[in-house]
Amino acid sequence: MNALVTELQQEFAAQIEETGELLGKPVVRLRREALVSFCQAAKAKGFDFLACLTGVDRPHERSLEAIYNLYSYKHRQHLIVKTRCPYHDPVLDSVSSVWKAAIFLERETFDLVGIRFRDHPDLRRILLPEPWQGHPLRKDYPLEREQFVNKDAQGRDVVSFDSTEGW
Amino acid sequence: MTEPYTVEAQSKDLLVLNMGPQHPSTHGVLRLILKIDGEIVREVQPVIGYLHRGMEKLAELGRYPHFIIECNRADYVASYAYEAAYVRAVEELAGLQAPPRAQYIRVICLELDRIQSHLVWLGTFGLDLGALNAFWYGFRERELILGLQQELTGVRMHPNYFRFGGVKADLPRGWADKAHKVCDEIERKLDEYEEFLAQSDTFVMRTRGVGVLTKEMAIDWGVTGPNARASGVDFDLRRDEPYFAYEEFEFTVPVRTEGDCYARFAVRLEEMRQSVRIIRQALARLPQGPIIQKGWERGYQFLMAPKGEHYARIEGPRGEVGIYLIGDGTTFPYRVKMRSPCFQNLSVLPELMRNNLIADVVAINGSFDLVMGCVDR
Repeated sequence: MNALVTELQQEFAAQIEETGELLGKPVVRLRREALVSFCQAAKAKGFDFLACLTGVDRPHERSLEAIYNLYSYKHRQHLIVKTRCPYHDPVLDSVSSVWKAAIFLERETFDLVGIRFRDHPDLRRILLPEPWQGHPLRKDYPLEREQFVNKDAQGRDVVSFDSTEGW
Repeated sequence: MTEPYTVEAQSKDLLVLNMGPQHPSTHGVLRLILKIDGEIVREVQPVIGYLHRGMEKLAELGRYPHFIIECNRADYVASYAYEAAYVRAVEELAGLQAPPRAQYIRVICLELDRIQSHLVWLGTFGLDLGALNAFWYGFRERELILGLQQELTGVRMHPNYFRFGGVKADLPRGWADKAHKVCDEIERKLDEYEEFLAQSDTFVMRTRGVGVLTKEMAIDWGVTGPNARASGVDFDLRRDEPYFAYEEFEFTVPVRTEGDCYARFAVRLEEMRQSVRIIRQALARLPQGPIIQKGWERGYQFLMAPKGEHYARIEGPRGEVGIYLIGDGTTFPYRVKMRSPCFQNLSVLPELMRNNLIADVVAINGSFDLVMGCVDR
């Protein structure tokens, strides 16, 4: 295991629930309270690039998982950070203050998976229209219930379940 | 920037101007809401999602190989990019290894694809800046490559050619000679393009010093690929994290430090030359042997990736194309996250466009080579 990651693990030993490896990339599972402070420390250690943010629905654990792929251009080192939040309180702290790349990624994760990011500068839906019902990448999202987007008199998007509404 | 364009009478009231989604310079269905003060853009708000097809959800509904065909449609200008990333992710998760000949054919396909994607970009970027001839020429040479692709895969644009553990079909007889000829032709034409764009005063004036992206900004906002390399980020996955057979080829990674639209143009032009170099080497040293791992010629439909997670990334024509794949031991992927380079590159645009002229919005947008299918997925 790389020295950088070991240092981080020692520093945050109390907040780390689990460590492991995914095909050679070190993985750290964090308590969600420690996410931002861990990310700040990781960035200070050289993890300057947030490559990917994946939101995953885990119905068996009744929780939503967020997976952050970090990369350090300087040290050529990967780090995967995972954290999760329960269904009844799907809130994580935003890391957009650490990496600007998170602004769009967190909006996308909010839109499709439904994790709300606290202190995000502009947390709105990004790919789907604002009044859309539900978050499609949840496993219990009803695929057979079609939604139709139209405009109201003010030009705002409206969503209905009836394809003929507004025509 | 000084403000010679501000009309005093307009005071500081900002006018809201809608650009797109149907606009020739937004390359698809990008919508930009501009708040303008005279000719100067004070605030830009991108609105995306017009081409959202829910691909990540579709991935969960089909078996593993079904998603290859979706991948082609994600970035429809460079169809091989997502296909390669997805196939790589599944192969590495399932522990498959493609034979050397298949790896070489993949490299040839990816590099041909990079050239044709950059040619589309070159054409449309020239068109945005008023150089109409670039469009015709770029598409003329692209047609040569599409012809090669059609001969190899049966279709011009959405190949569905990579398989888990190899590729679908071997090179047809005489294909390699044709590919050599196309390489010669492209290389000759690239000098021509450089001549008529880089020596055009209009083109240089509208690109040099416009939309400067610093190295720190590029890394912080997650900008990758040629756009980052034009800002001094000396990183290319083909060289620094080689996949398929890239470690066996000699090529240089063009890097510029200016970070303006002209640097992005120059980096892409040089990248096409390097791609030609890689294709020539691959064709000359193409190993003999099978094109798909034994036992996987037909059996890939029922691939069962093990329980596990993997993030695989490749260097697409627009930057880092990544697939975060979660398998749960069945024939269906549990979750496929598509890391889109265009999505991340787009996020920095409002920062670059702020306090520039409206005309420069078009130049900056064009220089970033956004494909809306890749942004919205």
